[in-house]
Amino acid sequence: MAFTFAAFCYMLALLLTAALIFFAIWHIIAFDELKTDYKNPIDQCNTLNPVSDPTPHLTHTSSPLLVLPEYLIHFFFCVMFFCAAEWLTLCLNTPLLAYHVWRYMSRPVMSSPGLYDPTTIMNADILAYCQKEGWCKLAFYLLSFFYYLYGYVFILMSCTRIYTGYVHHLVHVQFVMMGEIFSKMKMAWLH
Amino acid sequence: MSAPGSTNLGSSVGYSQSPTPNGGAAPPRQNGPAQTYPSVYPPTGYYGAPPQQQSYPTTHAHSNAGPNKAPITNSAHSANYYQNNHHHHPHQHHQHQPHLPQHHVTPSPYSAPPSSAPPSQPYATLPSSAPPPPSNAQYNPQQPVQQQQHPPYATPGSYYGQQHSYHAPAAQRPQQQKHPSLVPVPAGGPGAPLHPIVSYPSALGSSQYGTLSSLQSAPAHGVMPTQVGAPLHQYNAPQPAGPTTTPVQAGGYGVGPSGQMAPTVNGQGSTGQTTVHQHYDQSHQALQSYNSYHGGVTHPHRAGGADADRPPSRTPSTSVHSSPGHHQGMQYGYVANSGASSASATTSGPAAANPSSSSSEDGDDDDEEEEEDEDEEAGGDTSSSTTGSASPVPNSYDSLEGGNYPDSLPPSDDMTNQAQPYGSYGYPASMQPAYPQGPTSHTDSSPAHDPYGPPPSYQQFSQPFPNMSQLSAALGGLSGVPELEVEALRPVNLLQERNLLPPRPLEAPEPNLSPDLKKVNCSPQTFRCTLTSIPQTQALLNKARLPLGLLLHPFRDLQQLPVITSNTIVRCRSCRTYINPFVTFLDQRRWKCNLCYRVNDVPDEFMYNPVTRSYGEPHKRPEVQNATVEFIASSDYMLRPPQPSVYLFVLDVSHNAVEAGYLKYFCESLLDNLDKLPGDTRTRVGFLTFDSTIHFYNLQEGLSQPQMLVVSDIDDVFIPSHDSLMVNLKESAELVKDLLTSLPAMFSQTRETHSALGPALQAAFKLMSPTGGRVTVFQTQLPTLGAGMLKSREDPNQRSSTKGVQHLGPATDFYKKLALDCSGQQIGVDLFLLSSQYADLASLACMSKYSAGSIFYYPSFHHTHNPTQLEKFQKDLERYLTRKIGFEAVMRIRCTKGLSIHTFHGNFFVRSTDLLSLANVNPDSAFAVQMSIEDSLADSSLACFQAALLYTSNKGKRRIRVHTLCLPVVNQLSDVYAGADVQAITCLLANMAIDRSITSGLSDARDALVNAVVDLVSSYKSNVSNLQQSGLVVPASMRLFPLYILALLKQKALRTGTSTRLDERVFAMCEFKTQPLQQLMQMVHPDLYRLDNMSDQGALHLNDTVVPQPHLLHLAADRLSRDGAFLMDCGNVFYLWIGKCCNDMFIRDVLGCPDYASVPPNMSHIPELETLLSERVRAFLDWLQDNRAFSSTIHVVKDDASAQATFFQHLVEDRSESASSYSEFLQNVQLQK
Repeated sequence: MAFTFAAFCYMLALLLTAALIFFAIWHIIAFDELKTDYKNPIDQCNTLNPVSDPTPHLTHTSSPLLVLPEYLIHFFFCVMFFCAAEWLTLCLNTPLLAYHVWRYMSRPVMSSPGLYDPTTIMNADILAYCQKEGWCKLAFYLLSFFYYLYGYVFILMSCTRIYTGYVHHLVHVQFVMMGEIFSKMKMAWLH
Repeated sequence: MSAPGSTNLGSSVGYSQSPTPNGGAAPPRQNGPAQTYPSVYPPTGYYGAPPQQQSYPTTHAHSNAGPNKAPITNSAHSANYYQNNHHHHPHQHHQHQPHLPQHHVTPSPYSAPPSSAPPSQPYATLPSSAPPPPSNAQYNPQQPVQQQQHPPYATPGSYYGQQHSYHAPAAQRPQQQKHPSLVPVPAGGPGAPLHPIVSYPSALGSSQYGTLSSLQSAPAHGVMPTQVGAPLHQYNAPQPAGPTTTPVQAGGYGVGPSGQMAPTVNGQGSTGQTTVHQHYDQSHQALQSYNSYHGGVTHPHRAGGADADRPPSRTPSTSVHSSPGHHQGMQYGYVANSGASSASATTSGPAAANPSSSSSEDGDDDDEEEEEDEDEEAGGDTSSSTTGSASPVPNSYDSLEGGNYPDSLPPSDDMTNQAQPYGSYGYPASMQPAYPQGPTSHTDSSPAHDPYGPPPSYQQFSQPFPNMSQLSAALGGLSGVPELEVEALRPVNLLQERNLLPPRPLEAPEPNLSPDLKKVNCSPQTFRCTLTSIPQTQALLNKARLPLGLLLHPFRDLQQLPVITSNTIVRCRSCRTYINPFVTFLDQRRWKCNLCYRVNDVPDEFMYNPVTRSYGEPHKRPEVQNATVEFIASSDYMLRPPQPSVYLFVLDVSHNAVEAGYLKYFCESLLDNLDKLPGDTRTRVGFLTFDSTIHFYNLQEGLSQPQMLVVSDIDDVFIPSHDSLMVNLKESAELVKDLLTSLPAMFSQTRETHSALGPALQAAFKLMSPTGGRVTVFQTQLPTLGAGMLKSREDPNQRSSTKGVQHLGPATDFYKKLALDCSGQQIGVDLFLLSSQYADLASLACMSKYSAGSIFYYPSFHHTHNPTQLEKFQKDLERYLTRKIGFEAVMRIRCTKGLSIHTFHGNFFVRSTDLLSLANVNPDSAFAVQMSIEDSLADSSLACFQAALLYTSNKGKRRIRVHTLCLPVVNQLSDVYAGADVQAITCLLANMAIDRSITSGLSDARDALVNAVVDLVSSYKSNVSNLQQSGLVVPASMRLFPLYILALLKQKALRTGTSTRLDERVFAMCEFKTQPLQQLMQMVHPDLYRLDNMSDQGALHLNDTVVPQPHLLHLAADRLSRDGAFLMDCGNVFYLWIGKCCNDMFIRDVLGCPDYASVPPNMSHIPELETLLSERVRAFLDWLQDNRAFSSTIHVVKDDASAQATFFQHLVEDRSESASSYSEFLQNVQLQK
């Protein structure tokens, strides 16, 4: 019984958090571009918000769907941790979960899903808030990434030593991934 | 020889035939003389050295004489100029001639002549046709004829003769006589005509005249600009005697050189002409500019005397040649005239670009066609010169000049001519100075100049212009204005002082700047900052507890506006700031940006000053002399070819709309104003009506009557026909009129009560998206069908709730998304809501808010039951249809490094942190901007803000209007308070409160406003006031702040407790966001005057009318008395309150009723009676309305009438059913502090 459901949750969370880190970085870059004038807020909001209603003239077919997927992913592994009865981990995640719910409830009047309204996004307060939000989330996801890694290893170690070799291998893989993430971040910033 | 002389003469003559008169006049005033010189040179060069020389001498003479005479003449000249200008454009057709006579001196001869007499027409025609340089030759022949005729005039004979020779025989002919006729205007009439002719042949001379310039100049001008730099220099060097002149030319830059160039190209005669033209143009322009600046002070040319004397010299004919070029020239020219310049620019077309620059006033293109024509002409001249094969010329020029000059000595005539041109320029005094000092300073001319010199203006100018701007910049924030400050800082105890209002309406505080900077700073009506002393750091700003922000009215109708056409628009390389009066010139070749402090090079072209025609004085350019300028932009500023004016009217024709009866009045108004719709020949219009279906109208040219196409599929709207729904107004005018005549009757029997507004807007969007333009929507009820349908959200029982108001925001984002799409396609949507029921304006308004449209709301509109709303609707509509409009606009606001923009308020879409996208821009909407201080401003004593509005004019020109505001930076809290602008602060706070009430509730917004007062009081008390007195102490500059805030809290937009319909509240909020400061303050805190005891003491005398100036009264019932009559000015409405015991004399004299009892209850006009009192009252009312875009209605309110409630709700200092009085408010503030 070495590879438990909890270990699986941690591994999944680890992978998904890596994705969330990418989202957070993307978010930060997107708002930085807005602030420095590179992007039209309408286009930018269309990439940040899921574009589900293709208005005929708005030909923005690229729909990265940033906001909702992020929330859903986070919600998804929170549910997983709940099922795995990882209460401490769940507690650490609830504030963010609550924040996401609140954030989505208080979004501007919109007929389509999404958070950002191109007419108000350029307000200095909102822009600064969104940027800060991006940095905070990035920090949170990075910390949780290491936490999940630790949790994953800890569970495996505590269950059995048989899989040590495998664990070592996994840890190595994780560090390689981290290296990739950081190099991509660097590239993004240089860009 | 003769030829040269003649040319010179011609030019000079033009002005004054008598060099003296003209020259005298012009020269003294303006740099003009110098300029003239240059022009002269070139011509001489072309012609022959000898003649030129002669001409020079003459000039000098003129110049001498000129000075004295100049003033008088000037006025005349100016007139001439204008006329001339007109003529030019018109030339071909115009009849400007009338003016001409005098004008003839200048360009007018050309164009003017035609009008005045048949002969003149020939000229005009010639020019127009001739335009191209090559044509000149042809022209010459024709013109010559005319010119030759002139010779007769010319006593100046010599001139003439010379010219004739130039032109060659052909030139002289009968036409001359005609010219005279044209010229006739001037006293010298006969002579004058001749002159014109002369000019022709001798191009040179003519150019001076202006007429010549117009025609020929065009070609030359083009050349000139480019060549200017080099040629000029050369000139100077070569000519010893001429030197003076030459330099001038250099100054003239473009002008001189071009002229020179032209000659070579065209052939002597032609060249000469070209040059002349340029001069002329310039002069014209100058004059115009002058006028603009000085209100028509100008003088110069006109000088009748000149005409008489010099007639011969005038070369009007020349002008003819270059006519084509003229347009371009116009741009160059410093066109004083407002409208004209723009127009001219348009006409000139891109060509204008060539010229280095010309400024013209361009108030409103629309306003005065005449002016435009003039401008155009002027421009044309310059431009035309361009055409002239200028480039080659330069070299030849130099060589020629060298030779010529010597000969030209005789020049006195020339000189005069030249001088005249100068005079004609009529620059603002300030501009001129540069001239003398000008580096190039054509020492040569010095002799001549000296004579001129005498004129005071000249001398002044001559003084050290070089670094004026530098000095001023340096002095900028240094000087303190202690007296003002002391007064502004005087602590005022609000609990004790009750009479706070000034006797006259409050004016914007003056920034504490050096006089030089103050003089050029942007008008407070256009650009205003809440703090006229900018705090150095955000910490200091926080300490002051006042908001920092700008209030902008960027597209407001201006009386004067320098318009500049230039190949290169000089901007900072790093921050793209437009060069402005507050930059620093480090030396002749470098300037330092005042926003980012980068050091930039001055382009060669910028070294030439088209106003003074001098070279090497970049700080004298109009861009550097005016805080508000307009550039004609090149294709670099276009994403696509400028769009035509396109107007689509979307009309609600449901049963509800027919009941309200607006359609008939709309159609009538549009019919009346169809010709006044801003636009050119490309203007397109379209109509679309809707109820539960959408009706399109096919107005394709060739149809016998309009065709209605009905689309009933509102879920998937399609456009039934793509090319025939939006039609050219000119081509389909008959069909459009047919439609407008029949439209009201077509739907009179409709039973359809539904309204499919959303689908109609989608159709409008599809119809307009290929071009962009303006959509005007008339809606009378809640949209009930299709996309964007709304439900009633208002609960009438909550209207007077004190708990806060729901539904201030939109119910759906349909309209917002539509507006964003429209904005992306450069479509502006304006909404007229005429509804008696709730129509959810909060949602509907989004269609205008984000597409930079305007919103009009007429609650309870009914054509018979509510005549006051009907009257207001009609007046608003007239203004709306005829006002200026700019298409596909963007506005960027830049500010000194360290400051940044926080939030924008108004109707627009924010494209980026400092860029607003405005699909349409109209002269009646304003913007507010909140600023924050990111970095300390300690390293600079001045902070600058620049708003640049790039738009397409209704004539299809891309233009950039640039406003620059400069303010001192301070590091003391007391200075910040001393410079606080209480009205601007109130308006900015109102905008912020509106935002707050939508995002976090009305009561929150109201609390924030009260807190603003509390914060100010406590901050002032703890930081600045060292008096230990109790009570409520504020600085005098802010003494009205609590009153204004209280008034804000009682506005419809922000009040609670008083029954307010949701739509009216939302509309009031929209108005807060878009009204210019003056109107907003009138609405918030109306002006109250007592009218029955007005005296003439302190009255204004305007023209023939006496405008009494009664004192402002506090808005409290205890200021009213039953025996008086009081006028309340609420901006868009006047209330005249008649007390019960008002003396019968007032009622009889002003209202035309025998006594109080017989005053009708709903009186809404003041009868025009012959009595003194009535005249005074009407004069006062007219004066109050003078500068308002939308005319105000007047209501006579009787003491006993129920209508009193509306009047008394404006008495903001009194307690109302739900709001506290002023003294209660103060006590409340004191408790919280």
